Amino acid sequence: MSGPQHHISATVVRALARRAQPWSAFGLAAAVVGAVAVSPDPYLHATAARMLPLAVLTVSVAVVTGHAGLPTLGQVAPYAAGAYATARLALAGTDLALLHLLAAAGAGAVTAGALGALLVRYRATVFLMLSLAVAELTAITAAQWRTVSGGTDGLAGIPAPRLLPGLPPLTADRTVLLYTAAVAIAATAAAITLLDGDRRTLLAAVRANEARASASGHQVTAYLWTAHTGAGALAGIGGALLIHTHRWITPADVGFTTAALALLAVVIGGATSLPGAAAATVAVLAVRDVVGASLPGHAPLLLGALFVTAVYLLPGGLTALSARLASLPIHRRRPTLHTPEGPDQPVTRSTP
Amino acid sequence: MDAYLIPAVDGVAYGLLLAIAAAGLTVAFGAGGVLNLAHGTLIAAGGYVAAATSSGTWPSLAAAVALAAGVGAAGGGVLAAATAALQGRGHLDQALLTFGVALVGADLLTAAYGSDTLRPRLPEVLEATVRIAGHRYPVDRLAVLGVAVAVVAAGYVVLHRTRAGRLIRATVDDRAMVAGIGVNPRLVDAAVLVAAGALAGLAGALTTPILGVGPHTADTALLLSLIIVVCGGLGSVPGALTAALAVGVVQTVGVTSFPALAPYLLIGAMAVVLLARRTSLPAGASA
Repeated sequence: MSGPQHHISATVVRALARRAQPWSAFGLAAAVVGAVAVSPDPYLHATAARMLPLAVLTVSVAVVTGHAGLPTLGQVAPYAAGAYATARLALAGTDLALLHLLAAAGAGAVTAGALGALLVRYRATVFLMLSLAVAELTAITAAQWRTVSGGTDGLAGIPAPRLLPGLPPLTADRTVLLYTAAVAIAATAAAITLLDGDRRTLLAAVRANEARASASGHQVTAYLWTAHTGAGALAGIGGALLIHTHRWITPADVGFTTAALALLAVVIGGATSLPGAAAATVAVLAVRDVVGASLPGHAPLLLGALFVTAVYLLPGGLTALSARLASLPIHRRRPTLHTPEGPDQPVTRSTP
Repeated sequence: MDAYLIPAVDGVAYGLLLAIAAAGLTVAFGAGGVLNLAHGTLIAAGGYVAAATSSGTWPSLAAAVALAAGVGAAGGGVLAAATAALQGRGHLDQALLTFGVALVGADLLTAAYGSDTLRPRLPEVLEATVRIAGHRYPVDRLAVLGVAVAVVAAGYVVLHRTRAGRLIRATVDDRAMVAGIGVNPRLVDAAVLVAAGALAGLAGALTTPILGVGPHTADTALLLSLIIVVCGGLGSVPGALTAALAVGVVQTVGVTSFPALAPYLLIGAMAVVLLARRTSLPAGASA
């Protein structure tokens, strides 16, 4: 096999690996959740369950940042909309989990759609800057709109949801963990499915060369707005899970720190990898909670240091790191392609 | 009458302070493409240093202002070194880096100065009020207004009448041309970040007598500066000055007239400006 063919087959292998990776990631996620659920420690169950709402928010940030190419801190707005919609429904006596999730997804989509109508005209750092304003405004609104949010005291004593009418409410730590993990994994899988095929290619084209995509007749702004709105629905579901796992909410839960943490996890996880983003959230939260326990009150310090480290050490995120490591042997062998007796040597590398 | 006149004068004073703070941010973005999200932290650092140094005497006040500017410049230098290492990695990575620095800086400032709102002790003359044309007005605000006007005027002269200022404006317009006349544009970037830091520290020091400085100062200052930079057109100093005055007046008059709506007034005004002038943020501003 000659050099270019080798290159093409290596690309195909890598593309296949990328395609297979999300689904193997789900197997891994299910195994980890199963292992945690089997353990007898309710504290572990509760801790794990409480990480998952933020993981869903991070997946939504990864859709906007990685796929739409718009780095955002503003997804806390649909997250907050979903959370407060769920909290209000539950406090009003509607306790069906499915209704909560649908209402939260709707509230998130409407919020993100309205914000997106203004925001998606802008790109890169300008978008980041505007989304920062959105994040600040979300916390301010949550603190000021007392009739909905309960002010800075927040809402407490929110009733637990039920899966079906007549079933007992979801209060046991293990049940909550299994329910939350199922919703989180399903939401991430839905996002990956919706972002596959032509849509993935179109968004990649918009990211790579917007002028050319636009000149080819694609409605670039409409695509970005759709992705932003869909990500809003996802963030809204994350907000519903926040209520279902914590059963209280304060404006600080939907504030700037949450937005920063989600963006950090996306930077670490690799912007276009949705499972990578979710895994990075769990990792960051674990580091924050384990290391943060020895430095009480200094979570921002730790978060900031992680941010600086991630920017310097992980360009492209963890997923890019694994791709870089995977490509190293190929790079080392490549010179042999150009030696006279070389052509048949790398063939072994190119077969799967 | 007093209900609107006094806040309006306050607003102009506040706007000039915001202009001092935002001018550095907008030039740093226009020249080197560094969106410095740690800018608010530098303003807060200047405010804290000034509040801790000023002890009610004139020499301590002078030392406070100088120290605040120095701390800001040092912070700007650190940011210049940190972002220079990321050259060629795109604007987004630089923005994320400064964001991390901002989080670390905010935590260190709270650890060093506590979580209360601090106010500096000023010389007694400045703590009094005067009557001007029948209106009572605090002397310290008048002094801040005067200093702010002087700094803005000096900034204008430096930017338009000196070689350094011309180089900075040239770097905003055309980096390649600046490199072509034998000046390293990256050196200009670094110098701009240091100068922007000094101005941020100075703005922080001048703001503390009026607003105090606390854990929320950095966030608020950054948000207002970003709004000013976006509304004023990225990289434009006159635009930033205009936008800063508008923001200052909206903030003060809005807060006294419609307290609950003040944050939305500002964001609403920004949305209107952005929608009305869609072309003011060119695609070239992206990473």
